[in-house]
Amino acid sequence: MPDRPMPAFPELDTQAYWDATKDKKLIYQQCSACNTVVFTPRAHCTGCGSDNLKTLQSKGEGTVYTFSVVRQNRQPAFAEMGAYSIAYIDLDEGFRMLSTVVGVKDPTTDIEVGMRVKVDFERQDSSEYLVPVFRPA
Amino acid sequence: MAQERLAAIVGLYEWPKRKDPGVSAMQIKAASIKHALDDAGLSWKDVDAVYDAGDGEGGGLGAVAAYLGLRPNVIDTTQVGGSSYEFHAAHATRAIQEGKCKVAVLSYGSKAATQRIPIGTGGGRAGGSWSTNMEAPYGMTLIANYAMVAQRHMAQYGTTSAQLAEISVATRHHAMRNPQAVQALHDMAVQNIGELTVADVLESRMIADPLHLLECCLVTDGGGAVIIASPEVARTTKKKPVWILGSGEALSYVTNTGDITTSAAAQSAPTAFGQAGVKPSEIDIAMIYDSFSITVAVMLEDLGFCKKGEAGAYIEGGRLRYDRPGAPALNTDGGGLSSNHPGMRGIFLLMEAARQLRGESTSQVPNAKLAVAHGNGGFLGSLHSGGTIILGAD
Repeated sequence: MPDRPMPAFPELDTQAYWDATKDKKLIYQQCSACNTVVFTPRAHCTGCGSDNLKTLQSKGEGTVYTFSVVRQNRQPAFAEMGAYSIAYIDLDEGFRMLSTVVGVKDPTTDIEVGMRVKVDFERQDSSEYLVPVFRPA
Repeated sequence: MAQERLAAIVGLYEWPKRKDPGVSAMQIKAASIKHALDDAGLSWKDVDAVYDAGDGEGGGLGAVAAYLGLRPNVIDTTQVGGSSYEFHAAHATRAIQEGKCKVAVLSYGSKAATQRIPIGTGGGRAGGSWSTNMEAPYGMTLIANYAMVAQRHMAQYGTTSAQLAEISVATRHHAMRNPQAVQALHDMAVQNIGELTVADVLESRMIADPLHLLECCLVTDGGGAVIIASPEVARTTKKKPVWILGSGEALSYVTNTGDITTSAAAQSAPTAFGQAGVKPSEIDIAMIYDSFSITVAVMLEDLGFCKKGEAGAYIEGGRLRYDRPGAPALNTDGGGLSSNHPGMRGIFLLMEAARQLRGESTSQVPNAKLAVAHGNGGFLGSLHSGGTIILGAD
C-alpha cells in the first residue's frame, strides 16, 4: 500500500509545527498585541494583522467538536484502510484543529461529539514527522 | 420596497446528456452558448462579456474567449467552485449597470462521469501549502467536510438522518417528472430508478457518517450556458426576461470558535434579499446547491426560510415538493441529487430558476414570480463560497 500523504516542505508557515511533532509537542500561536489565538500556524495574527506572535505548547487536551467516519476514499493510500475517523478537536487553549480520533474499538459507534480526548503522536508510514492524533481521555 | 430590474437572464441552454463520451467539455460550452443565444434571439456577435470558471480542457486564463472566437470588452474568470456562476451573475449585473457591456455569457462544460472523476471521495489533498500541510495525513475527503457539518447539526439541534433524507425524496420526486433527469439516472446506472422513500435513503450505504449514498449528488457529464443582458436588450429578446433583482457573495472557513453549521449563505443572503427588497417568505422557488442533503438543510436556515437549527422539522412531510404550499419548491429539476452534478452545479440553479419564472419547468409551480438561486462552492464546513441571486418575473 502506498504511503498516505504527508506535509511537504519547504512550506514556511507550517515547518515549525511539524518540527515540534518530532519531540511530541503540539504547538499553537497567540498574538502578543491582541491575544487572539492563531491556528493553523502563520506569520500574522488573524485578528489584527500583527506579526508579533508567540509560540506556545498545548497540553493536548480537548473536546470533539464534530467528526465523521470515512467509509470510502478512492485515494490508493486510504482505499484499503477500512473505516477511519476525521474530527475537529477544540483544544482547551482555544484553537480548533483537524485530526482523527483513534484508540476506539469501532469508530462508527464509539466516537461522540463532546467527548474528551488527549493528543498522541503516531508515526505514519515512512514519514520523519509524527502525526498528532487524539485518543479518548 | 420597489424592485429594481438590474439585468435579466434572457437565454439559457442545459446540455441534455449526462453521459456523453462523444463531445468535449469545451464543445459543450460553445454549443451551449449558441443554443442559449438562439433561445434569446441574439447572435454570436452580440456577446460583449465572457464569464468563465476556467473549466474544460485548455480552459483557464480566459482561453474560452479564444476558443469561441470572441473579443469581449469584459472578461471575468472568477473561480470559487460550484457557486462560480452565482458570482458571475452578480458581477455581470454590476458590469451591465456600469454600462461596460450589454450581453454576457456564462458557460460550463464537464466530463466528470466519462472521466470517472471521484469528486466526493477523492481526497485527501497532498501537502505543500499552509492549509494542505495541516490536513494531508488525515485522509480528508470532500464529503467528510460536509459530513462533519451534518454530525454537528445533529448533535447541536437534534436533526435526524430521516429528516435530511426528505431532501433526497423531494428532489427525486421532481427528477421523475424531468425526462432528462430520468435518462440521467439510467445513464448513471442508479439502482431503484423511481420515487424514493425515507427508508430507501436510510438503507443506502454509509459513505461518510452520517451521510448515506442517496444523500450524495450524482457525478455526471454536462454543462450549459446562460445569457445575461441589459434591461434594454432584455425588452427585445424572444422569451420573457427573468430579472436579476439582487445578489450577494461571501466566503466562509474554519475558525477557532466559529459555528460550523452556519455557512457563507448567512452573509451572502441578507445582502441579496436586501438589495432585491424581497423577503424569504415571498420566494416561490428555492434552487439550492444540493451537493449533499446537509448542504440544503444548512442553507434553508441561512437563507432565512427557517431559523438556525430548525431545518430538520421544516423539511419534514415532503414540504419542499413543487406541489405543496407553505414553503418554496426545492430544486424542481431534480437537483444534483437526482438530475446532474458535473462538478460545479451553480449554473443549473440559475437555469431552473429562470425556467420556473418563464413557466417552462417540468415541475412547474403555477404563477411562480420570485426565485432564489444559492450556489455553494468548495467544502462546506471548511473553506467554501456562497453566492445568492434573487430572480423575479414581470
